Amino acid sequence: MLRAVSAGVAGAVFGLGLVVSGMTDTTKVQGWLDVFGDWDPTLAFVMGGAIVPMAVAWRVAARRRVSVLGTALPRLGPQRLDPGLIWGSVLFGAGWALAGLCPGPALASLSFGGTGGLAFFAAMLVGMLAAAPFRAALRRAAAPT
Amino acid sequence: MIETDWLWGLAGGALIGTAGAIFLLMNGRVMGASGLVGGIVDGTDRGMWRETAAFLGGLILAPALLRPVFATETHLTDSLPLILVAGLMVGFGSRLANGCTSGHGVCGISRLSLRGIVATAVYIGAGGVVMALLRHLWGVI
Repeated sequence: MLRAVSAGVAGAVFGLGLVVSGMTDTTKVQGWLDVFGDWDPTLAFVMGGAIVPMAVAWRVAARRRVSVLGTALPRLGPQRLDPGLIWGSVLFGAGWALAGLCPGPALASLSFGGTGGLAFFAAMLVGMLAAAPFRAALRRAAAPT
Repeated sequence: MIETDWLWGLAGGALIGTAGAIFLLMNGRVMGASGLVGGIVDGTDRGMWRETAAFLGGLILAPALLRPVFATETHLTDSLPLILVAGLMVGFGSRLANGCTSGHGVCGISRLSLRGIVATAVYIGAGGVVMALLRHLWGVI
């Protein structure tokens, strides 16, 4: 129960941050990627503002064995730069540029993004489902034989 | 010159990082939007689905409740084919890469994860190239 409450609070603060920062506005995101046009650096400020508290949290987490609510803390796995990471990021970045939405803002704007926002969300879920067998294959390839 | 939008970006970013800090230190989990949604979609989330659903609920509801205060628009394109192709690519790509802007970007870079840093450089680079081609060369978006 407490875990769900804490997760709900984190989600709400995330949603608030995405709206306040302007990241649910696709023109700001596309503006960040539009280096040859009317470039908008806002996204860099959002990233910078987010990385600072997060970096502190990672330092705190490194000195703890478990989280406050008693679950294991995520440790850094092997830093393999596999084809899934590279090609997945290429596809993700290309789609991000096409519409100016990524998964976080797509969720945060569901209530006010109209039918276009709902269509994007539905297509995103289909894409995620389609990726499942590829993820499984990548895991098999990475597993020690 | 510092513009107001940049300061809102910084403030909103600090909130996003705080949310990630809460999720990490309280729940012991990485705040990656694609991983949280994807885990529910393909069933890999299993034992965590309840708190994941609570997180996603908060993420959707908070902006809905804040509409009277922060009335922003998404300015999403009207082209349905473009929206659908973009959604498919974002969903498929972020799952294949095991992370998106929040997971690889915010959470990965802040712990100096090589995968997070490389992924972020690649998706921003790919996005920049696609934007240059489709907006300035072909005038599609």
